[in-house]
Amino acid sequence: MAAPLSVQVEFGGGAELLFDGVKKHQVTLPGQEEPWDIRNLLVWIKKNLLKERPELFIRGDSVRPGILVLINDADWELLGELDYQLQDQDSILFISTLHGG
Amino acid sequence: MCEVGEDYREPAPAGPPPPRPCREQKCVKCKEGLPVVVIRAGDAFCRDCFKVFYVHKFRAVLGKNRLVFPGEKVLLAWSGGPSSSSMLWQVLEGLSQDSAKRLRFVPGVVFADEGAACGQSPEDRAKTLAEAKLVLQTVGFPWHIVALEEVFSLPPSVLRCSAREPVGTEGAYKAAVDSFLQQHHVLGEEKQSRPCPQHPQGRAGPPTAGQTEALSRLFNSVKTLTAKEELLQTLRTHLILHVARTHGYSKVMTGDSCTRLAVKLMTSLALGRGAFLAWDTGFSDERHGDVVVVRPMREHTLKEVAFYNRLFAVPSVFTPAVDTKAPEKASIHRLMEAFILRLQAQFPSTVSTVYRTSEKLVKAPRDGCAAGTPGPRCLLCMCVLDVDTADSATAFGAQTSSQLPQTQPPVAEAEAPTVSCCHSGMGRAQHCCRMEADPRACDPRACVTAQLCYGCRVNMKDLVSGGPSPAREQAGAGLGLRLRSPGTSGSSLLQPSLDPLPPYILAEAQLRSQRAEAEQEIQERLLEAEDGARPGATSAEQAHEDGARPGATSAEQEGADGL
Repeated sequence: MAAPLSVQVEFGGGAELLFDGVKKHQVTLPGQEEPWDIRNLLVWIKKNLLKERPELFIRGDSVRPGILVLINDADWELLGELDYQLQDQDSILFISTLHGG
Repeated sequence: MCEVGEDYREPAPAGPPPPRPCREQKCVKCKEGLPVVVIRAGDAFCRDCFKVFYVHKFRAVLGKNRLVFPGEKVLLAWSGGPSSSSMLWQVLEGLSQDSAKRLRFVPGVVFADEGAACGQSPEDRAKTLAEAKLVLQTVGFPWHIVALEEVFSLPPSVLRCSAREPVGTEGAYKAAVDSFLQQHHVLGEEKQSRPCPQHPQGRAGPPTAGQTEALSRLFNSVKTLTAKEELLQTLRTHLILHVARTHGYSKVMTGDSCTRLAVKLMTSLALGRGAFLAWDTGFSDERHGDVVVVRPMREHTLKEVAFYNRLFAVPSVFTPAVDTKAPEKASIHRLMEAFILRLQAQFPSTVSTVYRTSEKLVKAPRDGCAAGTPGPRCLLCMCVLDVDTADSATAFGAQTSSQLPQTQPPVAEAEAPTVSCCHSGMGRAQHCCRMEADPRACDPRACVTAQLCYGCRVNMKDLVSGGPSPAREQAGAGLGLRLRSPGTSGSSLLQPSLDPLPPYILAEAQLRSQRAEAEQEIQERLLEAEDGARPGATSAEQAHEDGARPGATSAEQEGADGL
C-alpha cells in the first residue's frame, strides 16, 4: 500500500517535445496498492503526461535506449534502475541524448 | 572451443551476474565521494572526480594529437546541441585557466541557422537565434551566425581543395609551443588574457524570402530523409568551410561525440562511403587542404556529455533537426542509431568497440596513385574519388553507363533554362558537345554525377522531382544496406532536375568538366602529333603548339560555326 507521493518529473534534451514542450512537471502520484517505483512511474507517465509518439520515449517497460534517467541528479544505474522506490519530493529527470550534437 | 565429445545441448552454466554498481559504494577514483554517475561498465564516479575525468579527456585528446598550434585561429562549430555546447564550454574554461595548463589557441564560434531546411517558422527561428545570441554573448568569443540560405551565394571556390603547408613534425610542434611561451613571458601577463571579444561579426542580414524559399524547395525536392540528412550535412560543411576561409581560421572543431561517431561509422558503411571512413570519423580531416576539421569530443560518450552539462550547468540551445520525431525506420541514420543504442543497452562495450575500430583506420592513398597526385576529388564531399569509371564490370561502371539517356533528346534545347554544358560562356570557342563520340557529355546531370564519389551519386539519385528511386524505398525497410542493381536506376522514368541545387555546385561541375574536356583534347592532339611526326622532333613540337593553342583544330571550327 503506497501513500500518495509528490514528485517532480523533468524532461530535457528534446524529450520535452513529446510533452507539449513543458520541461518541468510537478506531479502527485495517487495512493495505490503497489509501491511506486520507476517502472510504475513510467506507466503513469505514458498514461497521463505523454502527449504523442510513445515509442519515442518508452520501449517495453523501460525507457527507449538513448534516454538517460537521473534520480535526484544521480545516475539511476546506481539506484536500481526500474526497481528504485520513489520517495516524496524526489526529482526524476529524463534526458534524451538522441537529439542534436 | 570445439572439442570432440563436447555436448552442445547442455546450457552453459550461468555464472553470477556482474555486480551492479550501487549507491552504497564509494567513488572508484577517490574512494570517498558519493558516486553520481556510472561511466563505462560499472565505474561509479563522484561529481568532482567525474569533472576531472571529463576535462582531462578533452585536454588529452587535443594534447596527444598535437595538431592545434599555439596562437592558431580555431573555429568552433556550434549547433546548440549538447556535445558542441560542452565543447564550447571546455574551450572557455580551458582558456581561462592558469598559464601552465591554459589552452593556447584563438577561438571563434560559428552557428548555422538551419531552420529553413527543417521547416521552422520565422518566429521560431527568431526565437532560437535570440537564445543562441544570449549564449554566445556569455561565452564571449568572436561569433558568426550564418543562415543555411547563404549557400546560394557561395563561390565555386569553396569546393576546391587548397594546398597548404605540410603539417609540422613533432619537433615543430614543441618548438612552436616553446617560442609561444617565451614570447608571452616577455610581453607579460596582461596580454595573456582571453582574446577580447571583438565587435561580433554577427550576420550579413536576415536571408531574403527568395533564398528561404529556394532552400525549402531544395529540401522538399529530396524525397528520402537519408538523402536530406546527407545533403544538409554537405551544405553545412561547405558553409562552415567558407566562413573559416573568409575569416582566416585554419582549424574547425566539431562536437562529434564517441556515440555519434560510432553511429556515423556504421551509417557511412551503409551509405557506400566505406572508402572515406578514416576521414569521416577520425580525429582530423584534412580533405579541404587549408582548413583542417578536428574532433576533440570524440572520446566522450553522449551519456558523459549529458551528465556533465546537467551537473555543471552548461547552456545549450535546442534546435529541431530534419529528423526530429522521425520514426525509427525513416532513414538509414535513424535505423543505425537505434541499432547501435539498443545493442549498447545490452552490451555496454558496443560503442567503445566501434570507436576503437575507427581509431585503427589509416588514411592511405588509393592504389595506383602516385604520391603527390591524389587524383580527382568528389564534387560534394571533396574526398578523393573512389570510382573507376573505366571499369564497366563493377556496379559503378554499370551505374554510370545506365546514365545514358535511353533516347537521344535534343538535350541542348531542352536543358537550356538550366545549366547547359554546350554553352561554354567563357568566350573561348571550345568544343564541348561531342554527340557522336560521347552523348553523356551533353547531359548536365551526367556531368555532375561523373564527378561524384559512389556515396554522393546514390544520394544524388534521390534529388528527384518525381518519386523516390525504387531501390531506396526497399532500403528503408531492410537494414539500410543499399545494393544498387543497374536496372533499377529509374533514370529513364524520372528525369531528375538539378535546378534546386545551389548555383556554386553546378558552376564548379561545369568548370571541371570543361577543364577535363580541354585536357582530353590536348592529350589527343599530343598523341596524334606523336603518331604523325615520326621524323625529328620539330614537327612534333609544331603539332604540340597547334594542339595547345585554341583555334587550330577542325573541331574548333565546327564549334565556332555552331555558336
